[in-house]
Amino acid sequence: MASNIPEKYKTLIKNNKRIDGRTLDELRPVKIKVGVIPSADGSAYIEIGNTKVLAAVHGPKEMFPRHMINEDRAVLNVRYAMLPFSTSERVRPGPSRRSNEISKVTRHALESVIFLEEYPGMGIDLTLDIIQADAGTRATAITAASVALAHAGIPMKGLVAATAIGKINDRLAVDLNGPEDNFGQTDMPIAMISTNKNITLLQMDGDFSKEEFKTALSMAKKAIEPLFEAQRAALQKYYK
Amino acid sequence: MTLLYQNMQYIRNNIAKNREDGRTSEQFRDITIETGIIGRAEGSARVKIGDTEIIAGVKMEIGTPFPDSPGEGIIMVNSEFSALASPDFENGPPREDSIELSRVVDRGIRESKTVDVEKLCIEKGSKVWMVFVDITIVNHDGNLIDAAGIGAITALLTAQIPTINEDGTLNREEFVGSLPIKEIPVPITSGLINNTIITDMTKDETECSDAIFTVTTIENENYCAMQKAGPSEMTEKQMLDIANIAQKESKKIRSAIKATVKKHKI
Repeated sequence: MASNIPEKYKTLIKNNKRIDGRTLDELRPVKIKVGVIPSADGSAYIEIGNTKVLAAVHGPKEMFPRHMINEDRAVLNVRYAMLPFSTSERVRPGPSRRSNEISKVTRHALESVIFLEEYPGMGIDLTLDIIQADAGTRATAITAASVALAHAGIPMKGLVAATAIGKINDRLAVDLNGPEDNFGQTDMPIAMISTNKNITLLQMDGDFSKEEFKTALSMAKKAIEPLFEAQRAALQKYYK
Repeated sequence: MTLLYQNMQYIRNNIAKNREDGRTSEQFRDITIETGIIGRAEGSARVKIGDTEIIAGVKMEIGTPFPDSPGEGIIMVNSEFSALASPDFENGPPREDSIELSRVVDRGIRESKTVDVEKLCIEKGSKVWMVFVDITIVNHDGNLIDAAGIGAITALLTAQIPTINEDGTLNREEFVGSLPIKEIPVPITSGLINNTIITDMTKDETECSDAIFTVTTIENENYCAMQKAGPSEMTEKQMLDIANIAQKESKKIRSAIKATVKKHKI
């Protein structure tokens, strides 16, 4: 977090309203569309506020590279990438330390709901392209990914959706936008399973007391619910 | 993976009653922290947790600041899983696990705001100190993140800033003082094995684990960084319990770091 905060972002909450007019527990507008890439086995497009992500699933198919084959279950290959034009400073194409780590935690966020054992020896490729970034890219990508996996017909025990809980001006808020993420105190991306609300991804950086962490977890549980509804609605609309 | 399936099942089935080395579920192995082990480095530390051993070294150079923070020095944490430390490690470019370790340790240090980066500015916009913390794994027997985090902050605490000669080169024989360090962030990692929370997992235990959660705590007991890893889900309660363990265990380790640094002679 930058220490030199521009004047207009010093106050991120005014009269219980945030800079984009949302309340503290309000998500940004969510838009999900299923089946946007005809050549993929499953795909989804999602917008959460100004963050826009494309997700595509190819597979289950022959596993490549072959030495990575697991004879007992399918291997989920996740590749998360911020496209060069997705942020104000151009992102250099190709994997970075950041994108490598996010690909890893995203894989872990989804693996536990997929019945990978149904496809031993095969691979499922999941590609997540961030076409515009305004905070919450990994959370948005995960929400899109599980819709794309469902569209590909891959058996899962539930959907996974994700958001972020943050601390801005000493108060907890859901689904941070760009300036809130850049100039706020804490950011905690979190992913949950629709059926049991167990947590499949959690990262945090900034500052949380024990109480704040506890509150953040229960806020997340509530905030993620509309995302599950949006995922289901998008899938139902597609198959109607 | 070097663990046999049968051994894995044995560990998983018995973990709730007894761990292989007889520890309780929250008990750490013996930790030793040494400082000043690399004379050429500006600061260094060796950390052993049981059979796990890492070396952390700090090197400083003059560089240009990032455009969005022209008045701040730069800290970078990097790690290498050398093939000498484990049959699981291969030589070559850093793999996923080592990138994750570097980034988790890096975030702990960055987010605790332990280094006063403004004091590392030499000439605003053009010259700042770049502080590199490099961690190498000497022997891998699990819990690498905690060992690396302890090593990184200890090395930073003992690091000495070189003198800048008139021609702009560095004199690494004479020093102007210590790095401006304010805080001691300590990561504590626990895992979930067959639904039992296990702290300070050995390598075998890590291979048997379903999910892993690292929580970094600062002096006032607040959390400054967290990372869940591993393919399985965790309940809210399990995460809160692990965060509590981290608060408790980090205190003991922080005292040990302080005691070691106090004894350190420049």
